[in-house]
Amino acid sequence: MSVLTQFLGDVKSDRREFLRSALLGTAVVGTALGGFLPLAALAEPRLRPPGAIDEKAFLAACIKCGQCVQVCPVEAIVLADIDEGFGVGVPYIDARAQACDFSCDALQCILACPTGALSHVPSKPEEVRMGFARLAAPDACLARHGQGFKGQARGAGYEGLHRYAAIDRWNPIRVSDHPYDLELCDLCVRECPVKGAITLEPMSSDPTDKRRTPVVQKSCVGCGMCEMICPVEPAAIVVDARASGSAPR
Amino acid sequence: MSRLHESFAVMLGREPRKPTPDEQTDAAKVLFQFKREPEQVAKRKRFIKEEKVHFKPGNRWRLRRWISIALINLLFVLSFQADIQVVEGALTASRFVGFHMADLNSALQVMLAYKEVVINLLIGTSTVLLVWWLFGGRSFCSWVCPYHLLGEIAETLHLKLAAKGWVQDHRLHRGTRTVVYVAFAVLAVVTGYTVFETINPVGILSRAFTYGISLAVLWVAVLLLIEVFYSRRFWCRYLCPIGMTYGAVGAFSPVHVRYDAEVCLHEGECRRVCMVPHVLSMTRFGWNADVKQEIGADCTRCGMCVDVCPTGALKFDIKGLGKLL
Repeated sequence: MSVLTQFLGDVKSDRREFLRSALLGTAVVGTALGGFLPLAALAEPRLRPPGAIDEKAFLAACIKCGQCVQVCPVEAIVLADIDEGFGVGVPYIDARAQACDFSCDALQCILACPTGALSHVPSKPEEVRMGFARLAAPDACLARHGQGFKGQARGAGYEGLHRYAAIDRWNPIRVSDHPYDLELCDLCVRECPVKGAITLEPMSSDPTDKRRTPVVQKSCVGCGMCEMICPVEPAAIVVDARASGSAPR
Repeated sequence: MSRLHESFAVMLGREPRKPTPDEQTDAAKVLFQFKREPEQVAKRKRFIKEEKVHFKPGNRWRLRRWISIALINLLFVLSFQADIQVVEGALTASRFVGFHMADLNSALQVMLAYKEVVINLLIGTSTVLLVWWLFGGRSFCSWVCPYHLLGEIAETLHLKLAAKGWVQDHRLHRGTRTVVYVAFAVLAVVTGYTVFETINPVGILSRAFTYGISLAVLWVAVLLLIEVFYSRRFWCRYLCPIGMTYGAVGAFSPVHVRYDAEVCLHEGECRRVCMVPHVLSMTRFGWNADVKQEIGADCTRCGMCVDVCPTGALKFDIKGLGKLL
């Protein structure tokens, strides 16, 4: 054990150095472990990119490189800061600011991921399960009041992008560059990238009743497009992230 | 103990030691006896006196390294910001013209925490392992790592302040890094989180450059402040697990700095500028095991000793190519 005795010899010869080393070494490891606190305190799970595996495994498997960020055509994916602890550098989507609208068609983020944190199991948008949409504020929903919508969905200053297939199949444009004029607001249904994931259902049996309510169907993938496009503030429809991961099982 | 074994032990934190007569080659012994002769000692003294007047330490390797660090990190930034797509990602993992690359330490943390290795990560890790085996392990630190560059600036400040007596260098035991390394590895396995990545200054900086400034940069600032005011090269010398991972690779690398005892005057200029002076223990008078000797695993191949050595006793060398060059 010559190595050990040499170590101990050093320790004896400089007690201060040893204490300093123990203290600062512990401080560094302790600071890193502090990364657990934000996880414990986090009220709601983050909406993760398509294909994300179960949240805990996702944080472990992600190598925090941001390659998924780089390939997203609408730049929906952003990296978390250090206030998210162990989640620092891990990608998430803030749907209200910029949702994933599958403009890439082929789940580019999944293909970019080098570690399998974004699992290859979903092979097309319809198979993704990032979360699930929910009508959070029914009273705010324009369709439920039988109201239409005219103008820019999120106002003139909104920078979010969306691909309008009828305008440009290949390039997403600004939502603010695409004003609407709708007799009855159906934006969440209209812009949903998964056909039939949200439907507008009548609210009474009276055929003259214009009111409709959005109903989220099982095929909802939780991309957040409805939350992004909803013109009322705050959004009447929101996406709840699935803590159990967005890859189907 | 073999020299490789010795080089590892010193990297893990053991103090370097004078080789025993058994460990010294006959040629080294003969040279030592020769260098001890009174006229040789007098000659060395004369040389040193002259050299103090005439010799100006170069800056060649430092300049090259700084260009390398700036260029590589700029490529990462431009690949995204200007969409030139040469090396996409961050220093933790990337694609270099489409080929997977994964930082060895980050990949290790992910493997330990996630406990599954997908083929892409394996390819990326192997590629990087091969590259840094070839280029010298810790040369990652001094030729690529952006924190290293900031650390060098902090070190210059520290030395200036220390010269004025305003700050003092507080040394840590070099074994601290080994303990911290093991702690992070165990924590990754036990907690299932990549605990180290939370404070990994290389990842934090690399992401900040490419994806925009973040609060995490404050942690890097804390480390730099410690290095300026409290402990010289605190992070790189005593703590960084990345350095140790690459150091282990560099132990077997063909690219290294080679020491030639024949022309050495034993002034110790090299050890004064070196970030890891324990690797240069053989430059002490009588401490060389052989006449020509490789510098140990912990060496970052930064070339500071090569620049500062007045006699050319320390030079870059490629194993097997030495005679061809």
